[in-house]
Amino acid sequence: MGTVTVFGLCAAAVVGLGLYGVIANPQPLRKIIAFNLLGSGVFLLFGVIGRRGAVAGIGSDPVPQALVITGVVVAFSATALAIALLLRLFDTAGPATLDSDAPTRPRPDRFGG
Amino acid sequence: MSIATAFEIMLAAVLLGLGIWTIVVRETFSATVGFVAYGLLVALIWVRLDAADVALTEAAIGGGLSGVLLLGAAARLRDAEPMAEAAPGKLLRATAAALSVLTTATLAGTVLLLPDPAPSLAPASVANAWATGLSNPVTNVLMAFRAMDTMLEKVVLVLAIVGVWSLAPDSAWGGRPGPRHRADPYGVLAFLARLLSPVGIVVGIYVFWTGANHPGGAFQGGAILASMWLLATMAGLADAPPVSSRPLRLILVAGSGLFLIVGLAGLLFGAAFLSYAPALAKPLILGIEVAMVLTIATTLGLLLSGAPERSAEPWAP
Amino acid sequence: MSLVRDMISIAAVSAGAFFFLAGTVGLLRFPDTLTRLHALTKADNLGLGLVVLGLLPQADSLRDALKLVSIWLLGLLAGATVSQLIARAARQGGSIR
Repeated sequence: MGTVTVFGLCAAAVVGLGLYGVIANPQPLRKIIAFNLLGSGVFLLFGVIGRRGAVAGIGSDPVPQALVITGVVVAFSATALAIALLLRLFDTAGPATLDSDAPTRPRPDRFGG
Repeated sequence: MSIATAFEIMLAAVLLGLGIWTIVVRETFSATVGFVAYGLLVALIWVRLDAADVALTEAAIGGGLSGVLLLGAAARLRDAEPMAEAAPGKLLRATAAALSVLTTATLAGTVLLLPDPAPSLAPASVANAWATGLSNPVTNVLMAFRAMDTMLEKVVLVLAIVGVWSLAPDSAWGGRPGPRHRADPYGVLAFLARLLSPVGIVVGIYVFWTGANHPGGAFQGGAILASMWLLATMAGLADAPPVSSRPLRLILVAGSGLFLIVGLAGLLFGAAFLSYAPALAKPLILGIEVAMVLTIATTLGLLLSGAPERSAEPWAP
Repeated sequence: MSLVRDMISIAAVSAGAFFFLAGTVGLLRFPDTLTRLHALTKADNLGLGLVVLGLLPQADSLRDALKLVSIWLLGLLAGATVSQLIARAARQGGSIR
């Protein structure tokens, strides 16, 4: 069992974990964290495939590496946008929930706007 | 089994343990802390996968900046937690578990059955490295061979910041993002910010500059610079600028703008969109990277600060 | 000569790893915030220092050695500051349990 197999299987398990969290966790922030976990597992799969493409002098195929670097930054900006949406929802509608039947409790708008 | 393999299995096991903890633990705050630790361990895995560039990015952004973002959100949402709805029903959880196991099994099967010999673009990227004059293959891919991805990714950053800013309430439209941090000006945090920021800025620029030939680059350097800015803001030594500021907006579009101009010049005078003349390739790439590192640092910092919450009244320290 | 260097490295890194282990056990086993911080910072500072000390003989150049030492110093600075901040927050929040 080599590096590729160990981390490849680990990445597959992380993707499954993240997927479970996204579906089964009721709180939006937990869903965001689980989504990041899922994404990190996908990135690791890229890394494993890149490692298999190693040639003399380069330990890992640079193309998947570059894609992952771009992907990490995009995932971060998506997370930041999701959290900004969540905080705004919390500020205007009380406890943040994705359940459309939940009673919404209007809060006094902190911003007076 | 070699020592290295044993170490890797242990690393993977601890990572999975942290992942499970992050998903199942009751308190959101604990889940966030678990995720930060997870991000740092993932960086170690990237080192084992011989991808030092990705490891640096993952440690700086996945572990560091994401951690700050999530911890801040968890703290602000904390009083909402007791009111969170009950856990979903057994049926939903069982279905989700079945789906996850199926996905994991499929991916695991794919990993075990990957084709041999593995396809690789590494030889091609080495063979064409002369065209840019840079010797870090990852930077070559990012800035030259797949420059389109990197340019569009800068556009994504701009779109994300537009999205975050448009969540501002009317009263704070165009104002300063995030709460005003007030800290003791002679306290520990302010001391750390004064002492660490200059060092961190030098480190950030170094990581960016060394990216031409060694692991590092604009993303990693930009993330370090953003965290130094954030540290100064948290310590109350600086304030986030109002988002209506024109110099700020120019910096935010500098990376993608310069990239686009150089790309169009390549279309007009060279072979194709985003093609560099070999003689000019290195200075052009470095120029774009300087603009990019500024854009990345500013955008990451502002994304962390969130939507504008205060009017743009002048700031007095 | 290289054998001596390797021996120094192995000894120092193992000692460092021992302090990390002790600090982690303390973090998990100690009863309240302040004692946990005590375990963590003392052990981590010493552990990190020993690991850096062990890696110094393996450094290729003076530049690499200086980088290693500055990592240790930055770790010390960050650790000391953060533990101060956490301890203060714990005292003000009254959550010393």
